[in-house]
Amino acid sequence: MKSRIAFIVYLVVMIMPIYWLINMSLQTNSEILGELSFWPKNLTFDNYLNILTDESWYMGYVNSMTYVFMNMAISLTVALPAAYAFSRYKFVGDKHLFFWLLTNKMAPPAVFALPFFQLYSSVGLFDTHIAVALAHTLFNVALAVWILEGFMSGVPKEIDETAYIDGYSFPKFFLKIYIPLIRSGIGVTAFFLFMFSWIELLLARTLTATEAQPIQAIMTRTQGASGIDWGTLAAAGVLTIVPGILVVYFVRNHIAKGFALGRT
Amino acid sequence: MNKIENNKAWFFVIPVFVVVAFSAVIPLMTVVNYSVQDIFGVNSAFWTGTEWYREMLRNPDLQAALLRQFAFSFAILAIEVPLGIGIALLMPKKGWAASAALVLVAMPLLIPLNVVGTIWQILARTDIGLLGWALSESGVDYNINANAVDAWFTIILMDVWHWTPLIALLSYSGLRAIPDAYYQAARIDRASRWAVFRYIQLPKLTNVLVIGVLLRFMDSFMIYAEPFVLTGGGPGSSTTFLSQALTTMAVAQFDLGPAAAFSIIYFLIILAVSWVFYTAIMTLQKDKSAQQ
Repeated sequence: MKSRIAFIVYLVVMIMPIYWLINMSLQTNSEILGELSFWPKNLTFDNYLNILTDESWYMGYVNSMTYVFMNMAISLTVALPAAYAFSRYKFVGDKHLFFWLLTNKMAPPAVFALPFFQLYSSVGLFDTHIAVALAHTLFNVALAVWILEGFMSGVPKEIDETAYIDGYSFPKFFLKIYIPLIRSGIGVTAFFLFMFSWIELLLARTLTATEAQPIQAIMTRTQGASGIDWGTLAAAGVLTIVPGILVVYFVRNHIAKGFALGRT
Repeated sequence: MNKIENNKAWFFVIPVFVVVAFSAVIPLMTVVNYSVQDIFGVNSAFWTGTEWYREMLRNPDLQAALLRQFAFSFAILAIEVPLGIGIALLMPKKGWAASAALVLVAMPLLIPLNVVGTIWQILARTDIGLLGWALSESGVDYNINANAVDAWFTIILMDVWHWTPLIALLSYSGLRAIPDAYYQAARIDRASRWAVFRYIQLPKLTNVLVIGVLLRFMDSFMIYAEPFVLTGGGPGSSTTFLSQALTTMAVAQFDLGPAAAFSIIYFLIILAVSWVFYTAIMTLQKDKSAQQ
């Protein structure tokens, strides 16, 4: 019982900043700046309507979602076979390769922003969704290999061997038997890929101008000459949380099932 | 698990290799290229060798930013890891409450970095923000734009709020992976709550915590958008961390050479510290499994 109360206290404290943002998003600017109100006294949905009816606003969400899902697709496609190789085989340079992949997670986006800009401009990909998706593989591929390798090591090797004895070819075995076996792992990986790509700002902003501009970059225009449009800013912020909540909701059972990541 | 030795496994790794080579090696080489030259225009570049590196290592602003960066990263690790494990232990284990708790706890993780900064920028204002208002009403002279201690307090609180859920989620899944038989055995032995945690739960958490600690270290070491939005690096330069020092140099002063040299040094520091963490934890684990 004591632990239940402690947990609820934590949740309340944790949700407070988000509540404050929602609270602001439902007020007019004059009410926000006028006095401190703990709940909207003149409830208004104008801030949300502004965003959802203006194409230059809501396309930001579409752009962000597009490159995030492209990145998830690319990262999972290349990481699945690699993680299988790391979990099942020893090969020349495997440990070095693994650490080299990890080092990319350590590369600060601030270091890479300018070279990325030049690279993608020179191959004509600047301001496209695929450019951001590829740039985000920098940190996401390593993460995907790392997490998937942990899950795959938990699958007994006898399963592979039995499948081969039963006459499965490798691709058929991998797609029909192995991937369904580790779908929890794929779910958990997808969650982390989504998270890190969705919240990243620096690379996404550097690599886009108008066509593929993410919502985080569009939000900065609420700072106009006449001050900050707090209401719209808050509403845009609240809307950035929504897709994430949907993703967690979908993978909640995979996380709740538990993973230890690796051989313990 | 005994792994088979087979170099054909490289074929599985080639796609990853190609993608990462494109998105990491080419840009990294560009940075290296800048770091050893002085570039004035398209066709006029001069070889400078290690000059930029020496200059950067002696730069007092960067040394200060580096110290602040270490202080920040270790402070948030010291708070977030124990707190995250604690929350994971408190989370409900079954039924709808478990699902709801997971979704709620994960919420801060999914907020874009600059929105996190904005949320806390608003919260910290004494006129329209809950935190700032509550603190100044209770008599604290709270002002993140004038007082370095307040700015630090708010940034650490923000990071703890944003990232503790990551440790909590990872630990929660690690805890769920422990079979019930372990707990039953502990009950038969009349193990105390602390003994259960120390000898059953904590060892099983090592692997997820390795990932958690490394991710948190790397990401906190690269922190950029949140302090930039919240304090802009101020007051003075008291909350200017490495990424911001770097971008200021590269963009505002238009100095590619020194900025590139600094980038390489920055990258190598993260690499070195992460390698120490990684090796230390792996060796610890090996020792433990050797004992058993």
